[in-house]
Amino acid sequence: MRLTASIGQRLTLLLAGVAALLSLLSWGMVSSLATEAAARTQDNVLAASTTTIAETLRSEQGEIRLELPYAAFAMLGAISEDRVFYRVTAGGRELTGYADLPPPSPGPVGQIVFDTGQFSGEAVRMASVTRLVGAGADPVAVTVTVAQTRNGVQSVASDLSWLAGVLAIAFFFVAVGLSAVAARMSLRPLNQIADSVSRRGPADLRPLSRPAPADLAPLLSALNRLMDRLRLSVRRSEDFIAEAAHRVRTPLATVRTQAEIALRGGGTPAEKEQLRRIIRAVDESARSAGQLLDYATVAYRVEDLARDALDLSELARRSVESVTPTAAMRDIQFTLDLQSAPVRGDAVLLDNAIRNVLDNAIKYSPEDTVIAIGVRQRNGDAILSVRDEGPGFGDDPPDALTERFRRGANTGGIVGSGLGLTIAAEVLRAHGGRLDLRNREDRSGTCVLLVLPLA
Amino acid sequence: MRLVGLALGLMLALAAPLLAQEIEDHRVFPGTGPQLLRVLSTTDLSVFEPYIRQFQRQNPEIGVDYTVMSSATLHRAVREGAQADLVMSSAMDLQFQLVNDGFAGRYTSDAVLALPDWARWRDLIFAFTTEPAVVVINSARFAGLPLPATRQELITLLREHPERFMGAIGTYDVRDSGLGYLFATQEDRSTDAFWRLNEVLGRLEPKLYCCSAQMIEDVADGRLALAYNVLGSYAAEELARGSDGRVQILRMQDFANAMLRTVFMLKGAENRAAAGAMIDMLAGLALRDAPGDWPLPPLGLSDAEQATGLAPIRLGPALLTYLDPLNRRAFLAEWGNALEQGEVAR
Repeated sequence: MRLTASIGQRLTLLLAGVAALLSLLSWGMVSSLATEAAARTQDNVLAASTTTIAETLRSEQGEIRLELPYAAFAMLGAISEDRVFYRVTAGGRELTGYADLPPPSPGPVGQIVFDTGQFSGEAVRMASVTRLVGAGADPVAVTVTVAQTRNGVQSVASDLSWLAGVLAIAFFFVAVGLSAVAARMSLRPLNQIADSVSRRGPADLRPLSRPAPADLAPLLSALNRLMDRLRLSVRRSEDFIAEAAHRVRTPLATVRTQAEIALRGGGTPAEKEQLRRIIRAVDESARSAGQLLDYATVAYRVEDLARDALDLSELARRSVESVTPTAAMRDIQFTLDLQSAPVRGDAVLLDNAIRNVLDNAIKYSPEDTVIAIGVRQRNGDAILSVRDEGPGFGDDPPDALTERFRRGANTGGIVGSGLGLTIAAEVLRAHGGRLDLRNREDRSGTCVLLVLPLA
Repeated sequence: MRLVGLALGLMLALAAPLLAQEIEDHRVFPGTGPQLLRVLSTTDLSVFEPYIRQFQRQNPEIGVDYTVMSSATLHRAVREGAQADLVMSSAMDLQFQLVNDGFAGRYTSDAVLALPDWARWRDLIFAFTTEPAVVVINSARFAGLPLPATRQELITLLREHPERFMGAIGTYDVRDSGLGYLFATQEDRSTDAFWRLNEVLGRLEPKLYCCSAQMIEDVADGRLALAYNVLGSYAAEELARGSDGRVQILRMQDFANAMLRTVFMLKGAENRAAAGAMIDMLAGLALRDAPGDWPLPPLGLSDAEQATGLAPIRLGPALLTYLDPLNRRAFLAEWGNALEQGEVAR
């Protein structure tokens, strides 16, 4: 599988890019607004100062009189430590102030005009107002200009811009953090579906029916269609196996009967020996075919598992009864220690599983030994244990023995298909339980545990 | 050395037009090195000498060229391009105007940053003392009279005893004295009693002075019964010199001005490092906790002074208001009218 960048990473990166852009934008906006606000504050104070001065203009005996109010400059000193200049002209004649202050752009009488200029080596902001003052015959246009350097505005603007920059960076990091969380959250349904698919047993091919976001519906239905096809194909191959096993079994029975008849009919010892070999081979084949059928049955029934209330000890007792004759042929005894253990499940399947384990135990036990069967409850599980005195599983990892057609390394000479434990394990897994295989601690045989959840 | 000599010659040449009659005092305190710190100041040499001595203890290699002149002369000299490194004056309005008009050079150091906000304006001008205006009286000539605590009480007292105070009141001639003008305009702004007091003073044929020192001397000698708006620091100095209780300092409880003595570096200062060192030393002394043995007070006001609502005049563009020629003319006219009802003795 070739991995490209994860959706979560891509989403986070994309959102981080958006956040960076927004941070930059907000920084720029706040900075320009701060500059604008600081400049307006200065304009307002300059306007107030200019107006305050203009309001003291009066004429006395034909002379223009002006009294600079203390407040006019005090208010400029209150907003910033900026240099202050002023100029008052009356009809083109200098009245007072800094005569070389640049003249304001002409504006309508009574209206404040703002200007930016250069004075005394610094940029200044100027506010001017022209008032008509009645002096003698004609009113004289008196212009008051107040100017202030712009350091305060610049320092306020740069302070705020710096602050906005810090905030924008903080905003960016918070946004990236949140983006990562958001990406993870929006990918959660996908991960949950992936989880629920990977949690399933290997044979569980039911369609996924969990609720999922609309965006994932195509993926989900494609997955379900795939699983449906897979299930059909598995079913078909199991059907084929069952059919094949069935077809093989009947002729085998005929061959066996004929061979037995021939054996009874006499012949040379060599011929009899050959016939016995034929019968043993047929038995082995029949048994394999039977197990294949069993396996197909299990696969079929597991798909639509019954959940009847059962008692594991009862099931064990019945299974033991059914195999007692086989065991008796080899002088093998059973000891039972059965406690009641309620479980839910399919009686036929469970019986099949138990029987397969018991068959195995009988098959590998030496003659004249004991097989101990126990049922008990432990930690919410019902446990059926089968202990024999056979040769054990050898050194193979016990779990490998539940693979199909896999047989232990030390089964030398004993007939087997390798399907018995597979069937048992499959049945238990379908019931939410498991099959534990282990050698007895003292190596005096094997111990097989069938573990099922208690009802 | 040749360069320094050249600079010295240049400086003397430029300062020459002032030297004639306007320079009140001038002395060079040579250092061990060729460096020379040129200071233009309104502070009397006798008052400032300890500071120069202290400076040279810290920087023995730097010589100090100290020139004393009136605040108005100093202001004019700077405007006309006098060559110096430091400008120091008690007329904070004139000082501020020079700074506002771009004559000051920037200076920043930890020492000046330690000053409170109100004691500096940008990185240009720095205050290093807070000196209140006080009333100084001659104890003998006040014998039997209650001591006034407010301007109103002072007005009543003067009205009721014209014979005792006729010709025995001293105050600044605000036409000549920058500091007198500053105190008068600030009082005009702050209390309505100012003009009533001036009216009363005018009827008593006051004597007008250019400087605090002379006024205090005359009070001590008994030529004056009372001097109004004297620089408290000079008065305290006089007291300390042992006037045997002949002189008393009164603080007006209704309102009192406090002036900030300020220093700034000239824009074209040649010896910036030495000027900076001097500013740092003054700023350090400005923040000292105990008054110590210095002729000038620190920046901080004593608790008693704060209790009387004493407030330093703010360093800021508002100081430009009364320097406006129109405003000045109007104020002086009004002041003249109030004071010159009788014959003003000069």
